[in-house]
Amino acid sequence: MSSTQQALRFGQSEPVHRSRHKPWRFRPQGSDTAWAVAFVIPYVAVFATFVVYPALFGLWMGSNPSLYGTLFSDPRYVTTAINTLLFVVIGVNVKMFLAFLLSGYFMNRSWWVRSLLAIYLIPWALPALVVFTSIHFMLVTQWGLLDSLWRTVTGEDGPLFLTTAWIAMTANVVAYIWKWMPFWTLIFLGARMAIPQDIYEAAEIDGATGTRRLIYVTFPMLANVYLICTLLSTVWTLGDFPTVYFVSSGAPARLTDVLATYGFHEAFDFGYPNLGVAAMMSALPVLIPVVILLMRRVRATGVQL
Amino acid sequence: MSATFPGRRMHSRRFYRVQRRFGEAAAMLFGLVLLVWSITPIYNMWMIALDSHDAIFSGTVWPDSPTLESFRVVITEDFWYLENFWHQFGNSFIVGLSVTFLTLLIGSLASFTVGRLRLRHGWLLTNAALMTYVIPASFLAIPIYRIMQIYGLQNQLSSVILALTTFATPYAIFIFSQYGKSIPMELDESARIDGANPLQIYVRIYLPLMAPALVAVGTYALLLAWNEYLYNFLLLSTPQSMTVAVALAQFLNSDESPWNYMMATAIIYALPPIILYYGFRRYMAAGLTMGGVKG
Repeated sequence: MSSTQQALRFGQSEPVHRSRHKPWRFRPQGSDTAWAVAFVIPYVAVFATFVVYPALFGLWMGSNPSLYGTLFSDPRYVTTAINTLLFVVIGVNVKMFLAFLLSGYFMNRSWWVRSLLAIYLIPWALPALVVFTSIHFMLVTQWGLLDSLWRTVTGEDGPLFLTTAWIAMTANVVAYIWKWMPFWTLIFLGARMAIPQDIYEAAEIDGATGTRRLIYVTFPMLANVYLICTLLSTVWTLGDFPTVYFVSSGAPARLTDVLATYGFHEAFDFGYPNLGVAAMMSALPVLIPVVILLMRRVRATGVQL
Repeated sequence: MSATFPGRRMHSRRFYRVQRRFGEAAAMLFGLVLLVWSITPIYNMWMIALDSHDAIFSGTVWPDSPTLESFRVVITEDFWYLENFWHQFGNSFIVGLSVTFLTLLIGSLASFTVGRLRLRHGWLLTNAALMTYVIPASFLAIPIYRIMQIYGLQNQLSSVILALTTFATPYAIFIFSQYGKSIPMELDESARIDGANPLQIYVRIYLPLMAPALVAVGTYALLLAWNEYLYNFLLLSTPQSMTVAVALAQFLNSDESPWNYMMATAIIYALPPIILYYGFRRYMAAGLTMGGVKG
């Protein structure tokens, strides 16, 4: 199959069950099966003890319906749920869209763009704890870097970043984008490079250049990758812990918590582990449909994660 | 008539050249903005680390009298939060290397079985891995914390190693199955004709040919283990068992902490992932695109 045809498949649905129906060249014989079982035992053991058992344990911890009555009557939980929704919807979509545009910028292979890419990816390699604490210090009023800059430029004291809920929440979203945009830029960059040049040449002959090329050629070619990456990132971000825990630390007055930090505080600071589990379980009505959609897309398009 | 054409062409060529120069300048300007955006928080870390203790609160953009004093304090363990710093640094290394080793071993064995031995119902295993991959790790934190107590593993490095291996293995399985498809089955078949058993095929043929994927996934697993915070914090709380991440976050327990020591610790803690990143950048990028976009 030529690379052009391969690339064209990005835009189409194609089942990936082919390989399963391929006639087996070597059916596992007696001794092979023994080897095969021995080889998968480590993974099955890890999966059973650290995924299945904790998941069932968690379901059991959060199974009491009265927990949810307590949860939903807590005004802090309602704030947390709204925060989580805003954090995920705005954070993921802005990040993905910017990453998509930036991957186009990094297609330029001149030496300075390549060096810039090496620096641009550093946030992704650094520990979240380190960079988010640094961002937290930038925002701490009176002596933080942002405040000092503000004073240098305007001659007045800066706004109180972490005492206003919406500014603190914005800071969380921006920090999140700062940390994770490079990773997805790299993914899109890889996807863009897989688009064969002759498609662009053909499009150019048809008059698609600049913005029109972006809208009518590049984006349709990457649509599947974009959708799957967005769904995957949504799932991961729903459970995002370090961003809010370190950047705003829930300040002011726990008004900027998200589900992961709320559950954490309920479980380990206030001593209600079941309530903490219930808080995270309350994300399941959103999480499960997204996961199902994601699985279906992965199946349908054959894009591998 | 014939004289006007060359003139016009000259004009348009100059016009395009100017336009291209302009575009390049705009791209460079944008690159500059992106550079500032990327390094500001990192610059902030250095700035705080180079400050002397009482100068942090002066609120300047560059320290008046930069000093390496805080790095000396960290390296000589000269502060009570940092008493076991090098021991904890070692713990981080043990955790990182163990997670890497176990992830590579378990992941490659599993994908070898599914992809090469064609185990019946092997797809169940792949789906199980996919499920683990898409569940946020933090949602399992509270149950895993309780379960580690049941297993009697709290405050032991093995608890973190096992938990993080669990979360790193699914990615390993995907990359390995993806990459494994490029290794021809005929190699296995001819080895079988020569009388090799599956273990020999795995060791002699599969692993050597998988080397690029092993490096990519190994780097990923090491970064994941080194950079992780939540599970380290929950499962390790004694000074002897802590990793650097937990020790570092201890500074945040008090409002009076010496932030310059904290940031110096943070910079030292961030060095291994940076070295790893620059050392294995090519492989990591290959691993990501290997998994991310194959049609």
